This record gives sequence, C-alpha cells and structure tokens, in this order.
Amino acid sequence: MSTMIADPAVTVAATRPRASIADTISQTLLMAWRSLKKMRRNPEQFFDVTIQPLLFTAMFAYVFGGAISGHVQAYLPLMIPGIVAQTVLTTSMATGVQLREDMEKGVFDRFKSLPMARIAALAGPMVADFVRYLIAGGLTFVTGVLIGYRPGGGVLGVLGAILLAIITGWSLAWIFTFFGTVASNARMVQGLSMMILFPLTFLSNAFVAVTTMPGWLQAFVKVNPVSFLVSAARDLANNGAVTAEVGWTLVACLVVIVIFAPLSVWGYRRHL
Amino acid sequence: MAGNTEGMTDIAAVDAAGLVKRFGQLRAVDGIDLRVRQGEIFGVLGPNGAGKTTMLRMLATLLSIDEGRARVFGVDVAREPHRIRQLLGMTGQFASVDEELTASENLWLFGRIQGLKSRDAKASARRLLGQFGLEDAANKQLKQFSGGMRRRLDLAASLITRPPLIFLDEPTTGLDPRTRGQMWDTIRELVSDGCTILLTTQYLDEADQLAGRIAVIDRGRKVAEGTPDDLKTSVGSSTLQLRLAPGADTELARKIVRQVSGTEPVLTPESGGMNVPLESADSAADVLIGFREAGVSIASVSVAKPTLDEVFLAITGHDTGEGTESEDAQ
Repeated sequence: MSTMIADPAVTVAATRPRASIADTISQTLLMAWRSLKKMRRNPEQFFDVTIQPLLFTAMFAYVFGGAISGHVQAYLPLMIPGIVAQTVLTTSMATGVQLREDMEKGVFDRFKSLPMARIAALAGPMVADFVRYLIAGGLTFVTGVLIGYRPGGGVLGVLGAILLAIITGWSLAWIFTFFGTVASNARMVQGLSMMILFPLTFLSNAFVAVTTMPGWLQAFVKVNPVSFLVSAARDLANNGAVTAEVGWTLVACLVVIVIFAPLSVWGYRRHL
Repeated sequence: MAGNTEGMTDIAAVDAAGLVKRFGQLRAVDGIDLRVRQGEIFGVLGPNGAGKTTMLRMLATLLSIDEGRARVFGVDVAREPHRIRQLLGMTGQFASVDEELTASENLWLFGRIQGLKSRDAKASARRLLGQFGLEDAANKQLKQFSGGMRRRLDLAASLITRPPLIFLDEPTTGLDPRTRGQMWDTIRELVSDGCTILLTTQYLDEADQLAGRIAVIDRGRKVAEGTPDDLKTSVGSSTLQLRLAPGADTELARKIVRQVSGTEPVLTPESGGMNVPLESADSAADVLIGFREAGVSIASVSVAKPTLDEVFLAITGHDTGEGTESEDAQ
C-alpha cells in the first residue's frame, strides 16, 4: 500500500486520554446522522409515530368522549394533550427497543473499539428521535383539529405544548435506553418498558379528571411526571398559559436524565 | 506515559502477562502471556473455543481483563482504554460495518468519529475503497455486498486512521481460496508499510504463510510458541497417508515403516489405513519401496502437510475437539 504508517512513538504521543466535550458532541451528532440515514431508508420506522396519533386520537375521542365529558367536542381539550403525552411516551419506548436491536449488530463492535465517548452511541439515536417526537406530537394536534378541536392557546400555545412533550419524551427515553443497555434482548426491553409505560400513562390525568379516582390513587397521579406534562400541555394549548406545571415537568425531566443517563452509560460499558 | 517516547523501538507492540478472563465457571482465557514485537505478524493458532477471540477482545478493550495486565506500545490496556482505541484497528470474525449504510458512508462515519475532518474522511474513504477494489460498490448499501466484499470493507474500516497495530480475528474464515489469497497479500502489504499485526487463525497453513511467530492456544492456555518451522518439526514436515489393500499384513507394514523411516505409524479408523509422520516428503518413496520389496500391496496413497489437528495432537496429546465447544459465538 502506498502510504507508510507513522512511527508508533509519534502516534502514542498524539493519543488523548479521553474524549473531550467537543469530541463527545460531534460524535453524538455523527451517531444521530447515522440514525437519520437509517430512518430515511426504513420508512416503516415511522409507522408508529404516524398511525398511532391518527388512530388513538379518533378512537379515544369517539369511544370515551360521550361517557367522560358528555360529548366528543367537550372531551377534546381534556384528551388531546393526554394523547400527546401518551404518544410521545410510546415513541420514547421504541428508542430503547431499537437501541437493543442495534447493539446486537456487528457494527456496535466497531463503535466500541473506536475512541468514541461511550455516551455518544446512546445519545446519538436519541437526538435523531426528535424527528419522531415532532411527527407524533404534531400529528396528534392535527388530527384533533380535524375532528373539531379548537385550541384556545392558538398556534404558539400548541407549539409550546408540542415542544414540552418532545423534551419530556426525550428525557423519559433515557429510562428505556437504560433498559436497552441492560436487558438481554429486544423483547425483554419491550416487556419491561410496557410495565413502566402503562402505569405512567394511565395512572395520570391524561384521560380523566383526577377527582374521579380513589384517594390513594390520586396521591400517585399527582406526583406522576406525566400528569405534570399533561397539565402543562393543557394550559399551554387551551389557554396559552405558561403555568408552574411547566417548571415541574422540566424538573421531573431533569431528575430522570440525572439518574438514567449515567445508569445507561454504566449499562453500556458493562457489556464491554 | 504517552509522552515518554524514549527507546520506543524496544517497546513491544503487545505485551501481556497472565491474562485471565472468566465467564462464570469457565476460564476462557487462563493465564496467557504474549509478546508481539513491532513490525511482525504474530499468529495465534487454535481451534474454535480455545480463547483466541476472547483474548483479542480483551486486548482491544472490548472485554474487561479479570486478571493479569496488558500493554500496547507501552500504554496500559485496562487503565487507558481510550488511548488503546486510538492505537489499534480491529477486524473481527463478523464484519463490523453498518448494513444499512453504503460503503463510503461507513468509512466516512468511522473516519469522522476518529476525528478526521469531513473532507479528509472522504478522501481516506475513496483511497481505501480503491485499494480494496471496492470503488464500483462505493455507493451501494452493504446489504448487497458479498461475504468477501464485506470482509475487505471491514479491514478497510480498521485502516482509516492508519493505526500502527492491527488485530485480525480469523481474517479468512469462510472466504473462497481466491479471496483468501487476496487477503493474504493485503496483510503482507500492511506489514511492509510498517504495521504490526496480531492475527488469529484455525489454519496452520495460514499461520505458516503469514506469521513470523506463532502461539498455539488450547483451552485458554498457551501450549506452544515458536516459528512455523518449530511447530511443524514437532510433528514432522508432512504425513504419508496409506491404505493397505484388503488382506495385506498390517503388522508387517508397521515393521517396515519403523525400519525405514524410524517413526511409529498411526493407525487410522479405516481398515488398513495408517498415517506415517515424515521428516521430509522425500522419505515417502523409501517407505513405498520397502512395501514393494516385502510384497505389501497398497490400495491408495497420498502425502499431506500436517494439519492443525496433528500439531495439536503432538503438542497437547488430545485432538482439537472440533465442534464440541463454541466460544466464538460470544
């Protein structure tokens, strides 16, 4: 081959002991680029984020609307932010399952053997998932509007609600990413995630008023981060109001990241 | 440590002592010492499940080291894994490239991750694709690649930043003979460019063709080390495989072999089959002449090079146990 290898002494002297912050960011973006490429080539990956908002919004509205709020129109302001939260959570669950599947592929051996910040391999796909959250959140509101929802908060309020949902979905995705790094296969990730996902979404104020629940359940519902998200999103979308719930949602997100991001990196390293 | 470059040429490319890796009760790597000099091709020979891949993965920071220590160009593997990853390229048994990206995208991505600028990563990808005869397939998704093309791309991916040390884990297993020969040529060129290569193989002839020195690994332990010639002389340079005609006197044949070649023939399970280890292929004629003079008639005859099995049998006293264990799955 035409090119000589540099003297090992020079190469050794040039090595860095760890990835710098700048390296970590650029490697995360590169991994995000890889995920976006893959999404573009596998459009079926968008199946859940497109079908679920359409189907669930219509289904919940027409099935529960009459029972809960008297008629469908009256239920929509209560329900749409709830569906947004649910959809975004389901989307964030897929992050963990896909990571597990991805990690089983040979190319992850290559990533592990490269001088790459460990967190970049996990955070990269999550950055790419912003696209999926955006589609999921946006489509839910669009479907809502199509069946008669008129958000009082206007465009800005709705955009605010979507943005908050995206941030929450991304933060909670760290829980599922952690499962992805420690579970032995993708099916186990799916199972574990479902066990977290269902209580989080249904034991919240997403679909019904909290006051209709027994007291002990209310206690959990009131501290469930999904409830914060749903309340905050309702205030934003329906009234254009930025309430304290927004702050609490962000605090809950931060807590999840602080706990689960290091755990995920630990889980990922453990495989080495 | 990295700044200390004095006497670098004396520092071994790989210097490992007492490496141990446990998987539950199993000691997959059980106290291996290894010293690979700069600029050589060092072969690690052993059957499936011997611990070759595990050892390589430990040295490449892909598995933790349970006991012992290892240095690559003087840098401690356990303590400074990030440095190690900048010093070596690893090509595994299974191509570790992204199926859904194209060949150029793969190389570009790996280059960028290792800190190359986009333009340099592109140039490097183009150069490597040319070198490995993959330029026509540059923009195809890997799903459409043949096994040989994947292997070549995988090796190319290990060379993007021109690391001074390359690990090749069974680089030609599963390749057809022509592709295998190309891979051998590529490996030789790498060494002539100044690379050091540590390769594992199940094939004695591959180690023989490529490696200056060989370590034989069995059940996680190093059972022999030396040049290919050292190993081969331990089993004779070739084997005469005989099959006597039905009714021929086996005892008489044995006696003749002992007299003529001075070695003990090994009876094989087929009726009338025997293998005779030979110092050189020439002495096969002596044995055959002895047979004719004594009137022992032969059904078939061939001369073969010693196989890994025979080397193993000679060194360890047991065969390779092919197919009874599988370590390389992990």
